[in-house]
Amino acid sequence: MRIKADTGVCVGAGQCVLTEPAVFDQDDDGIVVLLTDQPGDQAAARAREAVGLCPSQALSIVED
Amino acid sequence: MTETVASELPAQAFPVPRGCPFSEPAEYARLRERAPVSKVRLPGGEQAWWVSGYEEGRAVLADPRFSSDRRKDNFPNPTGDPRFRERFRRQPPSMIGMDGADHSAARRAVIGEFTVKRLAALRPRIQQIVDGFIDDMLAAGTRPVDLVRALSLPVPSLVICEMLGAPYADHEYFQSRTAALIRRSTPSDERLRASDELRSYLADLLARKEAEPGDDLYSRQIARQRTGGALDHESLVSTATLLLLAGHETTANMISLGVVGLLEHPEQLALIKSDPAKTPLAVEELLRYFAIVETATSRVATEDVEIGGVTVKADEGIIVSGLSANWDPAMFSSPGELDLERGARHHIAFGYGPHQCLGQNLARLELQIVFDTLFRRIPGLRLAGPVDDIPFKANASIYGAYELPVTW
Ligand code: HEM
Ligand code: SF4
Repeated sequence: MRIKADTGVCVGAGQCVLTEPAVFDQDDDGIVVLLTDQPGDQAAARAREAVGLCPSQALSIVED
Repeated sequence: MTETVASELPAQAFPVPRGCPFSEPAEYARLRERAPVSKVRLPGGEQAWWVSGYEEGRAVLADPRFSSDRRKDNFPNPTGDPRFRERFRRQPPSMIGMDGADHSAARRAVIGEFTVKRLAALRPRIQQIVDGFIDDMLAAGTRPVDLVRALSLPVPSLVICEMLGAPYADHEYFQSRTAALIRRSTPSDERLRASDELRSYLADLLARKEAEPGDDLYSRQIARQRTGGALDHESLVSTATLLLLAGHETTANMISLGVVGLLEHPEQLALIKSDPAKTPLAVEELLRYFAIVETATSRVATEDVEIGGVTVKADEGIIVSGLSANWDPAMFSSPGELDLERGARHHIAFGYGPHQCLGQNLARLELQIVFDTLFRRIPGLRLAGPVDDIPFKANASIYGAYELPVTW
């Protein structure tokens, strides 16, 4: 799986960073930054949770 | 708005005042079962759609066809007093009342101040603040103590004052104004006056920051606007007011209710006492359970929208009840049970969609630190009287307790 982040719609709520800091970060303006777009198995499960929690639907998963 | 015949509406006006903190009003469950989106009468006599289902609520809050613009005719106005809408029309909106690109720009101007990283750096200072107020409680020697005045209100007030650059010495002044603003029974005149006073207090404060900037959020907002061109004083005041108000009343009430909830469920409290690693998830469950900000998630439709089996027509008002959604058994099984380990992170106590609470991670941090520290330092903490004697804010736009006598 791969993760995509749409920085245009991100509202900086930081739910993703709280859920999996190994995959998600925020820049100085609070907007999501992907630290990797292909997380390992453990991080992938939490990244999926983050996708479900993101309030602005900025995150999505592309299954390979 | 197309008026529904009054006899078809529930007899009760919505939102229904909350009887006790440990249940939702019985009318909510009944309505949610019958129709997750239905028309209700507001206390002031206007009608609006009431969304009680979780799925439907999230869908409304994520849908750009619903506007947050409080100046629009049918934006739900629980008081029914037209002066509130006129007031919104005279003042520039803050982000909470904006849509689309305007909202995004206003939110992005401050969101960098609330990133998870920036807040993590505040942790030691928040810990120090919490310890300081608990030291005072222990040193005072008198019992019972009103936890609202000793801890719930001062902690978030001091934290937000330091962040924003507002003098904490003025807390009595702004706390009394915000308290009047959120009490639904406050006469309209008094509420409008409180809002004016809060605005003019912040206008004065911002003028001082303009002349003498400090290392704080308000000063950085002014500097940011300067770099972008001319200063827009009125909109700076709108943002400043929103942050001060939202930054202390909410978390304060959540602290009080959280303490009541934990003390009334000792087996649950034992879980976080023995393993503080469980506190973050416990805080999510407390947020879900109490859903203190029930109707801030109001909107008005900008076009016809099909939702939950009904058509919400363009220009009709709609309220997503955070309480009802968080107690939807389709999403949270046995919602009336406080279960700190249930994994409740998808609650909508902070809303959902582009307006989801800007201060949520600050609130989380404060709540985690307060609960962990309070029960560690005062392990024998208990309510000073029966829970029924606590004056809960049955009729305020932010639910909580006016007073919380505790002893140990
Ligand atoms: C337990 C504490 C809190 C709760 C339950 C809460 C709840 C909410 C809710 C439900 C909304 C959404 C309103 C909507 O959809 O229109 C919201 C928005 C907001 N909250 Fe909070 N809040 C809390 C703490 C805070 C704190 C500490 C701040 C700090 C500054 C804050 C600042 C804001 C702001 C600025 C907005 C508007 C965001 C926007 O429109 O984009 N809140 N809050
Ligand atoms: S959860 Fe969504 S909105 Fe929040 S920072 Fe992450 S991507 Fe942005």
